[in-house]
Amino acid sequence: MTLITTDLLLEATGVSKTYGAVVALKSASLAVRPGEVHALLGANGAGKSTLVKILTGAVRPDGGRIAVRGRERTAHSPAEARRGGLVSVYQEPALIPDLDIRSNLRLTETPVEPFRHWLHELGLGDLDLSSMARRVPLASLRIIDLARALAIEPDVLMLDEMTAALPANLTERVLEVVASHRGGNRSIVFISHRLIEIGAVCDRATVLREGETVGIVDVTQGSEERIVELMLGEIVEHLPAVAKRTAASARTADARPRLATRHVSAGTKLQDVSFELYPGEVLGVVALEGQGQDELFDILAGSDRPDGGELLVDGRSVSFRHPADAIRAGLVYVAADRAEALLMQRSVRENIALPFTTRLARWGLIDLGGERERVDGAVARLQIDARAGNEVRRLSGGNQQKVTIARWVAGGVRTMLCFDPTRGIDIRTKNQIYVLLRDLAEAGAAVLLYTSELREVQLVCDRAIVIFGGRVVAEIEAAAADETALLRAAYNLKSDAVIPEMVVSEALAGGDGERRSDDGNGPAAVATDGEPAADAPAHPGRSPAGGATPEGER
Amino acid sequence: MTAATAPVDARLARATVILGSAVRRNIWTIALLALLVVLLLSAKVIQPRYGFIAIQGLGTSVLPLGLAAVAQAIVVIGGGIDLSIGSMMALTSVVAATAMTGQNEETGVVVVLGVLLLGLVLGGINGALVVTTRVPDIVVTLAMSFVWAGFALLVRAAPGGEAAQWLKDLAVGPLGNQWVPKAAVVMLLIVAIVWIPVARSKLGLSIYAIGSNSLAAFRSGVPVGRTRFLAYALTGLFAALAGLSLTASTGIGTPVPGPYTLESVAAVVLGGVSLAGGRGGVFGPIVAVVVLQMIRTDMTFLNIDSNLAIVAQGVILIGVLMSASLLEFRRTRR
Repeated sequence: MTLITTDLLLEATGVSKTYGAVVALKSASLAVRPGEVHALLGANGAGKSTLVKILTGAVRPDGGRIAVRGRERTAHSPAEARRGGLVSVYQEPALIPDLDIRSNLRLTETPVEPFRHWLHELGLGDLDLSSMARRVPLASLRIIDLARALAIEPDVLMLDEMTAALPANLTERVLEVVASHRGGNRSIVFISHRLIEIGAVCDRATVLREGETVGIVDVTQGSEERIVELMLGEIVEHLPAVAKRTAASARTADARPRLATRHVSAGTKLQDVSFELYPGEVLGVVALEGQGQDELFDILAGSDRPDGGELLVDGRSVSFRHPADAIRAGLVYVAADRAEALLMQRSVRENIALPFTTRLARWGLIDLGGERERVDGAVARLQIDARAGNEVRRLSGGNQQKVTIARWVAGGVRTMLCFDPTRGIDIRTKNQIYVLLRDLAEAGAAVLLYTSELREVQLVCDRAIVIFGGRVVAEIEAAAADETALLRAAYNLKSDAVIPEMVVSEALAGGDGERRSDDGNGPAAVATDGEPAADAPAHPGRSPAGGATPEGER
Repeated sequence: MTAATAPVDARLARATVILGSAVRRNIWTIALLALLVVLLLSAKVIQPRYGFIAIQGLGTSVLPLGLAAVAQAIVVIGGGIDLSIGSMMALTSVVAATAMTGQNEETGVVVVLGVLLLGLVLGGINGALVVTTRVPDIVVTLAMSFVWAGFALLVRAAPGGEAAQWLKDLAVGPLGNQWVPKAAVVMLLIVAIVWIPVARSKLGLSIYAIGSNSLAAFRSGVPVGRTRFLAYALTGLFAALAGLSLTASTGIGTPVPGPYTLESVAAVVLGGVSLAGGRGGVFGPIVAVVVLQMIRTDMTFLNIDSNLAIVAQGVILIGVLMSASLLEFRRTRR
């Protein structure tokens, strides 16, 4: 440990990247020693994925220096980075679906024998190389991706949320293989939301916050506390009027929930979600990426159907076959990705008018006068700058998001489902959206707000539920929902406790019988069936962009 | 500034803004119209005898393709394409000419209504197949183009039949002023009666919505499948109108499809409708049809080899679209 600090395998300093007005990376640095497993950590949007993409040549940086084995280099393409010894396994499988596995290997010039060796090590030795990639289950695809990367023998291998979609037995094999690299002359950069895995296999951790490297931590027992602290930064944010709000929206004991779910499940991502949303409140949903929140919102918005469980609106059981059904029941959806919600080439008027016009039962002429009145009302209420209103794509991101909200406000809101509505928009617009959501709640609407910005929970919500591994693992009142509490809950850490040694070893051992004690909420609970998730990527009737949403980083 | 003039100024400013945005929205069609005027003037310069008779002939000759272009535009705006328009025109044309043979003028009205209904059904079948089979629309409509063409030959193996006199009169000659071709008025009336109400209704907005972003439309509660089906049915209706105009202008029915399918695609593209869907209208393609016809006329007057003229037509199509996308590129970069 002490002798090898001088020659770094990979060194990146001051890496920056901006997309238009959005700063994805301000000044990130990463130093990886030979033979270490190095964790790269940060909250949603901290810039982890952008940094990995820059290091592997998928994205070009605006500034900064990258050196491999002391020699400075900037990769202009993933192929060039691979020749330089940097390989990444991304969150999305990188195999061509219509080629068989062998052809996929040939495409990337991967030697077959080492590939077979690693496949065997990873517990997938019986894979038929002539099977089509699209017929292979998602979990196996990720293993194949990993084996392919290992077979190239890169100097630095980057694993972006490698274990996210894996069942327990495969996770265990992956962690073993990762751990086996410690002490050699190659290194692994390991990105995971599961602190338990970090504690089990990593030597050091670099923490990113808002596009900057804020700390490097030696991973030892108890270093989780320090890591969480670093990810959060100083919490000196102003938290206005929390007290006033909770008093105003205290609901009566006999109030009926506007929306309730009972044991809703879907695929392998959503296990068992039950919650109640009352009129007049903003209920926060907090989760790390890929914990089932995408699937939950798709089901609530009528884009997808649950496999099990029950949905209740105003106490009546409902089942949605189409978003139109959900809209009719008063559930309207605001997406994080404006491109999924807007007709980019059409006008502000048409975009706002679309849902409530199409909701009208009759097929006759649109009452343009009445429509203009409602549209103008909504534009004024949300203070949309509609000067470039002929084509929505010419508006700024913030104004586009306001249009997606305005379309529902124009029709009158009963229940609004907001999926990270403030992602990637400026602070002023964010504040306007917070005020609007509060106003809607005061006026009696029910608002469900998934947010990747934990700060928003105390700013906007009355209480929050936390989802982990497809289950609701905590409910926190706004007053107690500071970022530390939320992040702990989101990582499914029990309050005020360092991760016990026992749990760590259990996560590594991962035997099915061993998990009885941790009531299904443990790190291995993502897939309880112990088999490779046979979830076909394409759900019938599923929106193309629904499913496994790519990491929400800019 | 006094208090009295202020609201007038404000109204004037608002009117200017509305006018400005209307011009910007329809800039493509306006530019096409300007090009058309240039082509007409150059025809007059090259051939001084070019006059109202030629204009009337122009009206009659562009009527079928103009309606076919409207048919294509509707489905393309909805994010699809229909390669069976030419065959549907042939089928409806022979059905109309055969059914009207030896019948009186009044029966002709019934036949015309029946043929329009037939067009809706043909388009509806196309749409239903596209929606239910999930086979790509380009494949479905290509296959159906053979089916409809085959049926057309079954109805009548060789050109023939008759058309009611009133129908023939609709397509030929002037209306009022000798410079106003009746065919042009008929076309504008048809489009005004059928398309404008649709465009202003829930259906029209839904067609633009699914063409622009079908996921967003789906999430907004638009019944995507039903809307696509109705767009194809409307396309079938306009294909039937185009077929009827063929029968009206020639007086007979022709079972072999003309070059209308691909020319309608060319007209739609030149008319400012995005093949990606969601953008454009039906008037641009109509003007584009006239422009394409006038290019051919001018070249004939210039004694250019007619085969070379076809080459030139393709080159012009690419050139115009290329400069348009370059302009668009520069505008978005700013």
